[in-house]
Amino acid sequence: MALRNKPTWELLAEPDLSKVPVEEYTYDALIVGGGMAACGTAYEIGKWLQDGQTCCLVDKAALERSGAVAQGLSAINTYIGENTPADYVRMVRNDLMGVVREDLIFDLGRHVDDSVHHFEEWGLPIWKKEGSKGKKLTEGGEPVRTGKWQIMIHGESYKCIVAEAAKAALEEKGYDLHERIFIVKLLLDANKENTIAGAVGFSLRENKVAIYKAKAIMVACGGAVNIFRPRSTDEGKGRAWYPIWNAGSTYTMCMQVGAEMTMMENRFTPSRFKDGYGPVGAWFLLFKATVTNGYGEHYVKSDACKEELAKYKPYSDAAVTPTCLRNHLMLFEMKEGRGPIYMDTAAALNAFLEEKKASGMDEKALKKYWKELESEAWEDFLDMSVGQAGLWAAMNVEPEKVGSEIMPTEPYMLGSHSGCCGIWVSGPNEDWVPDDYKWGYNRMTTVNGLFTAGDGVGASGHKFSSGAHAEGRIAAKAMARYIRDNADFTPTIAESADDLKAEIYKPVTVYYEHYQKTTDEMVNPNYIKPRHMMERLMKYTDEYGGGWSPYYMTNGKLLDIAMKQLQWLREDSEKMAAGGLHELLRAWENLHRIWTVEDHLRHIQFREESRYPGFYYRGDFMQVDDKDFDEGGWKCFVNSKYDPKSGEWTCMKKKCHKIIAD
Amino acid sequence: MPSFVNPEKCDGCKGGEKTACMYICPNDLMVLNPDEMKAYNQEADQCWECYSCVKICPQGAIEVRHYADIAPMGGYVQPMRGTDSIMWTVKFRNGNIKRFKFPIRTTPEGSIKPYDGKPSPGADQLDNELLFTSETYKDRATCTPADFS
Repeated sequence: MALRNKPTWELLAEPDLSKVPVEEYTYDALIVGGGMAACGTAYEIGKWLQDGQTCCLVDKAALERSGAVAQGLSAINTYIGENTPADYVRMVRNDLMGVVREDLIFDLGRHVDDSVHHFEEWGLPIWKKEGSKGKKLTEGGEPVRTGKWQIMIHGESYKCIVAEAAKAALEEKGYDLHERIFIVKLLLDANKENTIAGAVGFSLRENKVAIYKAKAIMVACGGAVNIFRPRSTDEGKGRAWYPIWNAGSTYTMCMQVGAEMTMMENRFTPSRFKDGYGPVGAWFLLFKATVTNGYGEHYVKSDACKEELAKYKPYSDAAVTPTCLRNHLMLFEMKEGRGPIYMDTAAALNAFLEEKKASGMDEKALKKYWKELESEAWEDFLDMSVGQAGLWAAMNVEPEKVGSEIMPTEPYMLGSHSGCCGIWVSGPNEDWVPDDYKWGYNRMTTVNGLFTAGDGVGASGHKFSSGAHAEGRIAAKAMARYIRDNADFTPTIAESADDLKAEIYKPVTVYYEHYQKTTDEMVNPNYIKPRHMMERLMKYTDEYGGGWSPYYMTNGKLLDIAMKQLQWLREDSEKMAAGGLHELLRAWENLHRIWTVEDHLRHIQFREESRYPGFYYRGDFMQVDDKDFDEGGWKCFVNSKYDPKSGEWTCMKKKCHKIIAD
Repeated sequence: MPSFVNPEKCDGCKGGEKTACMYICPNDLMVLNPDEMKAYNQEADQCWECYSCVKICPQGAIEVRHYADIAPMGGYVQPMRGTDSIMWTVKFRNGNIKRFKFPIRTTPEGSIKPYDGKPSPGADQLDNELLFTSETYKDRATCTPADFS
């Protein structure tokens, strides 16, 4: 057998940089990312750019199945319908413990339904109530609502449909689509202060570097996964709840050019079906299942739990308990020794059957009804989390006979689901928006010409798939306005193409310089493999940054150690080694992860309270300090900024305006 | 539950323009070995089990084996994706089998004409915050918080 000191990747990386071409492109608008937000931007922007202006969408994957919706979804979680944008703001505000950008949320609430109507027009099957089947939402068709905001869909092909529309729009306008190019770094303008000029990346299919110049750039590459130790011990770590390919690229690339970040202390630690991470929303809302502790008691109804919850007024008083507090109560039960937590699927399904029996349904009809019910229950997983269905099959779980365990996952960072970390962006340019919330271009970051949407926009969670698409559209129009207003601006990149190429291919250079210095390429003191980088990151974030193993608990002392470890990781990242193009992808993704996590922990360090009990705790500041910004409290944003010139990070408080009355 | 390729069925998409699984995998995992003309999953522990490769494979050569560190052996979930619906077979460890069929889209693949029949607001509309379709939902699009106070 050959010695194991050679790269085993199918697509090898080229160590001789003279054989790696650099392609340079210039566009007016560049869209980085391929998920719901990026597809929304691609759709809207074609109607606002002027004839002759150009645009390109660059995706590290294939648009048809990229982003968080790649696998499909069983529900659209934001459809305003008969509700109002103001009510939507109230819901999001309470779920995220009071500190949100109400302008952004309200703005999204105005437009999100139009995206949903488009999805249906393009071919997405949306469940309708009896009596309005076959009628579109725009024709008065009534959706099957599970909660106040959610509607059920047959969503296996949700992303394929949305991507097809985006592709067709790009094509109709003569814009470009570059798939399998991974953008790893944004570039500031050489002449104009704090202004974006371009981006650089590389191909995952051939040895090639691509440099893009653009006046306006949308960065929408999702949130961050694989940043905390997963609960699984080996290959099961692939079954992350959020898409495993989201590497924090949005946050890192924007913060590296100086974009101000907001609420990066926020994270999402969803409670999901244990290990398979299947969705719980339909079980809670559609099937009305209850969650119990190991002894069959409802997890929020005991006196002890009620007392625990009451510590978090006024948020705990709302009709729907905030997501983090529901986690908190599950953790409370587990820590008190009353685990495991169960979703009582059997009682829920049997209650439906009993109800039908009591209403006099005959055996045959009952059998048909059960078939439909069973099919709905399994579709929920098969549409969006097939692995959970596989796990049930492997464990002989029939949900009508036995409940399944629920468990809070490892933490993720995102801005579009029930989390709100992200980038500080301008709100709509309208009179009702406070002055410190707007600077001319909706969803533009604090860097001129740099826009974001979806997971990228901070302090406005609960957008979900539909909201991310709508937000991409909102930003697209502002990008077109920015391009018009800066017609005379010619983006200029300071770095030379060769320097950029050398920087991007550095892990390849490091690898080929050293790989034969040992007999096993995985064990070599001269470099670190991207895989090992990620594993070290996940170990230390878990132990010191409040991962699942210490029940999400950290404190100032532990964070100091975490920051030291991150410093070493940053230093060691200079020695990351990649022998293949796939490994080069991992190297850059992990660099993005390290930066994102550093900002996350800096925010947690700065905020001296525990704003999101159940997501993380500062053991040295366990309370929610709800005094306002003006009174020195923590009911305010925490923003941070990395200065690309000095390399220094600063954290600051920002006032949170209440725009919508209770 | 990483995906794996059945070597007897995989032909490397030799008749097609591209290797389907390699084209579609969102995490850059599926890759073609051109000497053998067979595809494989190059980093199985980063597989999200999204089934994109399973669904797109024209030979039905790709399946998924449960994550070894989580799942007892023997369970199996396999789709057959058509143009308007998907059929799932779920086989339990104990041998029980369930089958489900769900619709996936109401329009033919490739039929979307995204701008047909849509408004085209002029450049004079670029300074407001309305999307190009806003005239179809004008009341909602133009509302402000004051409308709800």
